[in-house]
Amino acid sequence: MYDGGKIVVGLVVFIGVVTFPLWYRQASGEALRAPEPKIVTDAKECVAPTDYMRASHQAMLNEWRDLVVRDGMRVYVAFNGQEHEMSLSNTCMKCHPNKVEFCDQCHNYIGVVPYCWDCHIEPKESN
Amino acid sequence: MSDIPEGTPKPEQLAQIRYKPPRRGWMDKPVELKKGTYCYSARSKFMEYLNLPNAREWNPTEGDWKLPADWKQTILDGMRERLTRFRSFRLFMDICVRCGACADKCHFFIGSGDPKNMPVLRAELLRSVYRNDFTAAGKILGRIAGARELTVDVLKEWYYYFYQCTECRRCSVYCPYGIDTAEITMLGRELLNLVGLNIGWTIEPCANCFRTGNHLGVQPHGFKDSIDFAVDELEEITGVRVEAPINKKGAEILFIAPSADYFASPHYYTLLGYLALFHEIGLDYTWSTYASEGGNFGLFTSHEMIKRLNAKMYAEAKRLGVKWILGGECGHMWRVVHQYMDTMNGPADFLEQPVSPVTGTRFENAKSTKMVHITEFTSDLIKNNKLKLDPSRNDHWRTTFHDSCNPARALGLFEEPRYVIKSVCNNFFEMPPNTIREHTFCCGSGAGLGNDENFEMRMRGGLPRANAVKYVNEKHDVNILLCICAIDKATLPVLMQYWVPGVEVGGIHEMVANALVMKGETKRETDMRGQPLNNAEEKEHV
Amino acid sequence: MGALVSFFAVVVLVAIVFVGVEAANLRYLFGVIIPYAALITFIAGFIYRIVIWARSPVPFRITTTCGQQKSHPWIKNDILDNPHSTIGVIGRMLLEVLLFRSLFRNTRLELRNGPKLAYEWEKWLWLAGLVFHWSFLVILVRHLRFFTEPVPVLIQALEGLDAFFQIGLPALYLSDAVILAAVTYLFLRRVLIPEIRYISLAADYFPLFLIFGLVLSGVLMRYFVRVDVVAIKELAMGLVAFRPSVPEGINVLFYIHLFLVSVLFAYFPFSKLMHLGGVFLSPTRNLANNNRMERHTNPWNYPVKVHTYEEYEDEFRDKMKAAGLPLEKE
Repeated sequence: MYDGGKIVVGLVVFIGVVTFPLWYRQASGEALRAPEPKIVTDAKECVAPTDYMRASHQAMLNEWRDLVVRDGMRVYVAFNGQEHEMSLSNTCMKCHPNKVEFCDQCHNYIGVVPYCWDCHIEPKESN
Repeated sequence: MSDIPEGTPKPEQLAQIRYKPPRRGWMDKPVELKKGTYCYSARSKFMEYLNLPNAREWNPTEGDWKLPADWKQTILDGMRERLTRFRSFRLFMDICVRCGACADKCHFFIGSGDPKNMPVLRAELLRSVYRNDFTAAGKILGRIAGARELTVDVLKEWYYYFYQCTECRRCSVYCPYGIDTAEITMLGRELLNLVGLNIGWTIEPCANCFRTGNHLGVQPHGFKDSIDFAVDELEEITGVRVEAPINKKGAEILFIAPSADYFASPHYYTLLGYLALFHEIGLDYTWSTYASEGGNFGLFTSHEMIKRLNAKMYAEAKRLGVKWILGGECGHMWRVVHQYMDTMNGPADFLEQPVSPVTGTRFENAKSTKMVHITEFTSDLIKNNKLKLDPSRNDHWRTTFHDSCNPARALGLFEEPRYVIKSVCNNFFEMPPNTIREHTFCCGSGAGLGNDENFEMRMRGGLPRANAVKYVNEKHDVNILLCICAIDKATLPVLMQYWVPGVEVGGIHEMVANALVMKGETKRETDMRGQPLNNAEEKEHV
Repeated sequence: MGALVSFFAVVVLVAIVFVGVEAANLRYLFGVIIPYAALITFIAGFIYRIVIWARSPVPFRITTTCGQQKSHPWIKNDILDNPHSTIGVIGRMLLEVLLFRSLFRNTRLELRNGPKLAYEWEKWLWLAGLVFHWSFLVILVRHLRFFTEPVPVLIQALEGLDAFFQIGLPALYLSDAVILAAVTYLFLRRVLIPEIRYISLAADYFPLFLIFGLVLSGVLMRYFVRVDVVAIKELAMGLVAFRPSVPEGINVLFYIHLFLVSVLFAYFPFSKLMHLGGVFLSPTRNLANNNRMERHTNPWNYPVKVHTYEEYEDEFRDKMKAAGLPLEKE
C-alpha cells in the first residue's frame, strides 16, 4: 500500500462511524430492554384496538385536539360504540395516569418528543 | 496569402454546430475518420530511431492498420500494468458518476458537438473496456454494466478521440472528483503506442529532440546561426550588441526555451526579448545546443518518452556546472518541468536553490526542482525596479492575455505574467472571466494536434478561445493576443486569421523588449517586429 | 434502456421481499440475515476497494491548480484552490467533500448566432447534488434513534431540527422532502437532457431508483401507513446487540424498506457509489502544488534509454567545431 498510514487512519475512522451503533451498544453496557408501558385501569378496552393505538395514537390525539379546540365537538364514539369525552387529561389519563411509567416508556425508547406537554401541564410525578 | 488549407469549411459553416447526440447508443457507432479532423500516422523511420514497437508505414484511412498479431493481449496487459502503476488511472476508471458537468467544458465538444468529445465519454471509451476485462460487474453483466469488448473498431475509436484531446485539463477543474482527462488520454495514447499506433506529429518531434536536442531537428551549428542572427537583428533594432553565450561552462544560469523561439514567428520576437533582457541585467547565463528544447512532445506520447527527452535538462545543467535553470515561454514544457522533471530525473542536488543575481530574491517555490519560470524571474526584476521601462513603446498594441493551459492548470501561474504585461503595456484588457485563468480555453492545437491534416478540428477546438478574443477585439479593439506558450504562438495566429482576422499573436518578452530602455541604445524607430513606432518623435527618452 | 432495466430491477427487488414476507413468511431472512450480510459486504467490500486503489502508487504529483500559485511574497496565493501546504490541502478537500467546490464552478454553454458562445449560470446540478447528499446524511444520522438506547442527545437534537417546522403529524422531516425533490431532479435531468441521457448507463439509474424506493417506503411508513415503531426498534436493537429477534406484527413495508437499504449497502462497494471513498484519493485534488519546492518520488521510476551528451557530441563534433562551439573532446 502507498500512503498506507493516511489511508488506514481514514478507513478506521470511516468504519468506526459506520459501526457506531454496535460499539455504542457495547459501551452503554445495559441489558436489552423493551419498553413496558404501565396501565392502571379495570377497563378492558381502550378507545380503539391496541394495534391501532400503538401505531396511530398521535394521529387520533391530533384529530381530537382539532375537533375540540376548533369545532367545539367533545364526544367521541369509539369503535365499540362507547362514547368518550375527547380529552387527554380527563379520558386518556384516567387509565394511563402516569406519564413516566406510560408515555415516556416508548417515547424515550425511540426518542420521540411529543408536543402534548407544550400546552398540557405535565402530571406531577414527572417532576 | 492564406495559411488556411484549401477545402476547409468557411467559419460560418463551421459555426453550425449540433449538440444533440444521435439516437443510437455510442457503443455501437464505429468511428469515421473525417478529412481535416484526424492525424496522420507516424513514419517508421522515426519510430525505429526511438525503438518504438511495430514501426511500419500505415495509413489510418485504410482498413488494415497492420497491427501485431497479439495486439489485444498487448493492450490488455498494458492496461493491467498501468492500473497497478497509476492510482489515478484505476480511480478515474472507477469513480465517475457521469454527472455530465464536464460535458460542455471541452473545447472540442463545444466546437464540434461530437458527443464522444465530451470528456466523460472520451473516458468511457476506455472505461467500457476496463469494465469488460477488469471488473466483476462488467464480466457478469456485460452491456448492462456498460462493458464492451476490445475490438479493432474500439482501437480505431481510441486513436481518433485520444488524438482529439489536447490534454488541457479544463474538464478536470469542473469535475467533482477531479477526474483528469489528460491523465486518461495520456494513458490511452500509451496503450495505443504499445501496438504502434502513433501520430506523425508527436513522433517526428520526439525523434528529432532525442537526436539533436530539439523538436525541429536543428543541429548545433544551425542553432548557433539562429542565435547569432537574432543578435544581429536585435542590434539593428536597438543599436545594442548583446552577448549570447552557447554551451558556456561555468555560467551561473542555464537558459532553456522552446525551439520554436529561435526558429519560428512570432516566437522569434520573444527570443529578441530574452536576449535584450539578459544583456541589460548583465546575466551570466548560457544557451545549450544539447538541451536546446524546452518543450517535450514526450508528454503527448508516453511517460517513458517524457523522461527520455527531459533527461537532457539536468544532464546539461550538470555538465555545464551552472547553479540553476531558467525556463522560457512554453506551456507544456512547464507541465513537465513542474510536475514530472524532478520526480523523473531528479534530485537536482548538483544545483543550488535559484537566487536572482540581480535582485537577490530567493525563489523558494523552486528550491527543489531548481528551475524558474521566466515570468517569475522578470516580474521580480520589475517589482524591484531593476528595469527601465517605457510602456508607451507598446502603445500601438492593445493587448489581452491567453492563459496557456499548462501554466494555468498545472502551476497556477496567473499573476506573474499579468504583472509583467501591465508593467510594459499601457493597454491591457482581460477576456471574459469564464475563459481565463483556471477556466482558460485551449488553443485547440496542443498535445501534438497542431498539424495541417487536422486543421478543421483545430479550428473547431479553438472556437471558444477565438470567441473570447473576438469579444475583447470588438469591445476594446484588442489587436494582440499575448501568451507564454510556443504551441500557442505557432497555432493561434491561424486561429485568429480564421475566426478573428486582424488580431496578432505575441509573447510577453516581446513586449518587454519593446518597452525595455537599454543602456546605450539608439532611438527606437521600430518595435521588435520592425513595425514603425507611430509616436516616436513625440516621446522623449530619458 | 438503462433506465428501464434499472426500474424493473428495483420493482423486482420490492416484489421479492413482498412475496418473501407475506407469502413465505421469511421474516428472519429479510429482518436479520440479509441486513447482517449486507453490512458485512459493505464493510469488507469498501475496505477491499480502498486497498485496491491504495496498492497503486501516485507516481507523479498531478495537482489541478485552480488559483494563483505560491511564488513571490507580494503575490497573493490562492491557498484553497491552489494549496501548497498540508493545511491548504485539507481546506481544499473539505470544500470539495462538504460543499462540492468544483461542481460549484459549473456553467452551461450556449451557442448563439455569430457565432457567440456564452457560459450561463448553472448551479442547479451543484445545488441538487449538495442537498441530496446532505439530506441523505441527515436521514442516516437520525435513523440512529432506532439503533441506540438511550438515544444520544445530539441525534435527538438533529431530529428536532429536521422536523423544525412541525408541519403535519408526525412532523414532516425537511430532509425527506428535500431528498425526494433532489432525486427527482437528478433523475429528470438524466432523461431530459439529451447529452446526459446519451452518457447514462443502467448503473446510473439504478441507485436513483433504489434510493427513490427507499425514501418512498420510509415516507409511507412515517406519514401514511403508520407502523409499530417500538417493535421495529426492538428488531433493530436486537441486530445491534447481536441478539437478533423478529417481533410480531411489523408491517411488510418495513421489510421492503430494510431490504432496499440492504441492497444499497451491499451494492455500494461494487459501484460508482464508491466515489464516497474515491474523492479522498483523487490525486488532482489531494496533493499540494509544491512540486518545485519538494521532490515527489515515484516508486517505480526506472532508468530509460537517453541520448547522452557524449553520443550527441560524437555525432555533431565536426559541425560544432566548425561553428566554434566548445567541445568536451577535441
